[in-house]
Amino acid sequence: MSTHSITLKVNGEEHTREVEARLLLVHLIREELELTGTHIGCDTTSCGACTILLNGRPVKSCTMFAVQASGAEIASVEGLATNGNLHPIQEGFTEKHGLQCGYCTPGMMMTTVALLKDNPNPNEEDIRWGVAD
Amino acid sequence: MLYLDIVRSPYAHAKIKNINIEEALATPGVVSVVTGKDLDAHGLASMPTLMSDKQMVLPIDKVKYQAQEVAAVVATSRYAAADGVEAVEVDYEPLPVVVDPFKALEDGATKVRDDKDSNLIWHWETGDKDATDKVFDEADIVVEQSMYIPRIHVVSIETCGCVASFEPIEGKLTLYMTTQAPHAIRTVLALVAGHVGLSEEKIRVIAPDIGGGFGGKVPIYPGYIIAVAVSFLTGKPVKWIEDRSENLQADSFARDYHIKAALSAKKDGTLTAIKIKTVADHGYTDAAANPSKFPAGLFHICTGSYDFKQAHVEVDGVYTNKPPGGIAYRCSFRVTEAVHCLERMTDIMAHELDIDPAELRMKNFIRPEQFPYSSVLGWEYDSGDYEKALRKAMEMIEYDKLREEQKEKRARGELMGIGISSFTEVVGAGPSKDYDILGLKMFDSAEIRVHPTGKVMARFGTKSQGQGHETTYAQIIAEELGIPPEHIQIEEGDTDTAPYGLGTYASRSTPVAGAAGALAARKIHDKAKKIAAHLLEASEEDLEWEQGKFFVKGSPDRSKTIQEIAFAAYTNHPQGRSGHLLRPTQLDLSFRLLHLCRRHRPGHGRSQDPPFRRRGRLRCSHQPDDRRGADPWRSHDGDGARASRRDLL
Ligand code: FES
Repeated sequence: MSTHSITLKVNGEEHTREVEARLLLVHLIREELELTGTHIGCDTTSCGACTILLNGRPVKSCTMFAVQASGAEIASVEGLATNGNLHPIQEGFTEKHGLQCGYCTPGMMMTTVALLKDNPNPNEEDIRWGVAD
Repeated sequence: MLYLDIVRSPYAHAKIKNINIEEALATPGVVSVVTGKDLDAHGLASMPTLMSDKQMVLPIDKVKYQAQEVAAVVATSRYAAADGVEAVEVDYEPLPVVVDPFKALEDGATKVRDDKDSNLIWHWETGDKDATDKVFDEADIVVEQSMYIPRIHVVSIETCGCVASFEPIEGKLTLYMTTQAPHAIRTVLALVAGHVGLSEEKIRVIAPDIGGGFGGKVPIYPGYIIAVAVSFLTGKPVKWIEDRSENLQADSFARDYHIKAALSAKKDGTLTAIKIKTVADHGYTDAAANPSKFPAGLFHICTGSYDFKQAHVEVDGVYTNKPPGGIAYRCSFRVTEAVHCLERMTDIMAHELDIDPAELRMKNFIRPEQFPYSSVLGWEYDSGDYEKALRKAMEMIEYDKLREEQKEKRARGELMGIGISSFTEVVGAGPSKDYDILGLKMFDSAEIRVHPTGKVMARFGTKSQGQGHETTYAQIIAEELGIPPEHIQIEEGDTDTAPYGLGTYASRSTPVAGAAGALAARKIHDKAKKIAAHLLEASEEDLEWEQGKFFVKGSPDRSKTIQEIAFAAYTNHPQGRSGHLLRPTQLDLSFRLLHLCRRHRPGHGRSQDPPFRRRGRLRCSHQPDDRRGADPWRSHDGDGARASRRDLL
């Protein structure tokens, strides 16, 4: 299996890794970088638990190879809070108890961040489409 | 850490002629390949199900359903394990497949199980057949319907998985797993693997936060047992996380009930009797996560909210070449099936009699004055006012207006449906009279500790999968003890710390464990009262309770808060009420001699290390770390591993 050297920025920090071509981005994030806030629900681009922001766009990291993210800037749920202060989206989810078991919540929050960046005042339909994206 | 991946059968029924593991073993990163024969050498190739049937962990000669576990590959990474799975060659000889439970019951049908006489697992019936038939004979109207409630998979967002970590020195297994019933799992594991030394006190099951369960995380899947076996034999932590396709194909299911029902009534709409015949497809073994004493669970709640004078229910459990299971999804076990059947029959009857379905239900509801009510099939209903509840619901949705709207729409050729269903469920598993799992009966427990500052730690035998027990239990205890819920820490899911319980499923946690929490809190409350009386120099009878404090009747400023009482419980309790505190009356002065020695084993050229040094070295060599290369103390062969452990100990 061929390996490649990749460099990418995750939550503002630069990482260089030698990875197999087949390594999924989600596994790079979870296993190599030990950022386990990003979860795997379906393996099949259906659930969104693994959503991260790739250059600002929400992407399902279970369906992308790590090598494809070389040179990119990635934001994962661990990067939302700054200086110990929760991100407004995290505060919103806490306030409204926007979770049940919490497993997909990191992905939901990352998707919400992206949605609100494009559309700060979404109506219900926008939200439904936005989180299903 | 070692990683496990599983080779699964492409056939629903086949003989395994050969498993060639050569190429898999030569795959980079692959450590070993485990087959049924390997497990069989340790008596671990099969396990009992919760229904006391038998389930294969890994097959020795035949597979019985598609996606069944056939072999397991252990490797240094998840990717290498998957490579190994690709490289395992299994030679199958396909056998005739039985997937239709009705055909499975026909004479001459292929037998799913070689160890059984037929595909009928059990026949179960309840109610008075003759009396029910008689009511049917005399009925003005009878409606019949066949319905199939298909097999469903619950698809919790997190799949099942575990990390099994056997520590060879202490002989202790820690199993981190996605389970809804950690204590029950520990007991079952001890039953499955007690003979290899994994007795119950050596097993610690930890269910951390888990991503949904819906019943699917009650059963014990072969993957867990394989991971435990591999960790036991290698002395290394082993991780098995199923992927979504494995979860969908092979994990437990709910429903799969083929129901034929008949309902009888008088012309005026009085329901008189119900008859139900069901064929239940259980797959290749009866592995239902059924907490009741009845093979079909609580299915005989099928008279629901109505006052039936007669009923008769028959269920046949059948083996087919499908994955095993049977779990309580969204209700207690088999209640949804019962309710679906009854409510559908009620609607059909309403249609047949041309009576409004709400009216027909009102007419037949058990009336408030009939409670406590014994159903004809043996359930005790404590209280209820079903008519009032339905009227309220109808008001809320403005039922009459909806019917008007429906009429108008239908006149225009537009379709609009209005559905009504009542649901009487048996929850809170349950009284030992009706409930049991593996002889453990059904109960739950709570353990509450009040710290000196009045803060509380409460532990339970249940396990939340997102139900929010942390909130519910804290509120219950807060109410009983008069302290804020945020002062209460709730813990569950660790069998080493939590009291024994049967777990969370079938709508049982709040009624059972929550109630245990309330009872335990009341005991603390009573004890607090005694301490308060002591502190206030008053008799208990003279004390009154107001959220959070006791005060002397008539003089509210002579009071003690629960926090003050908690502190006194440790420091200034009444004589004879110290609980388990030992209060030394004088200092203990100890004198020791330090004695060092080195021992020689006769015949050994070198001195034997003192045991503590040896332990230390071993501990290091068992750090869960893939990078340190081969473990000098372990072979990957089962017997070798055991022999070396014996030597070490
Ligand atoms: S894990 Fe479900 S979309 Fe990636």
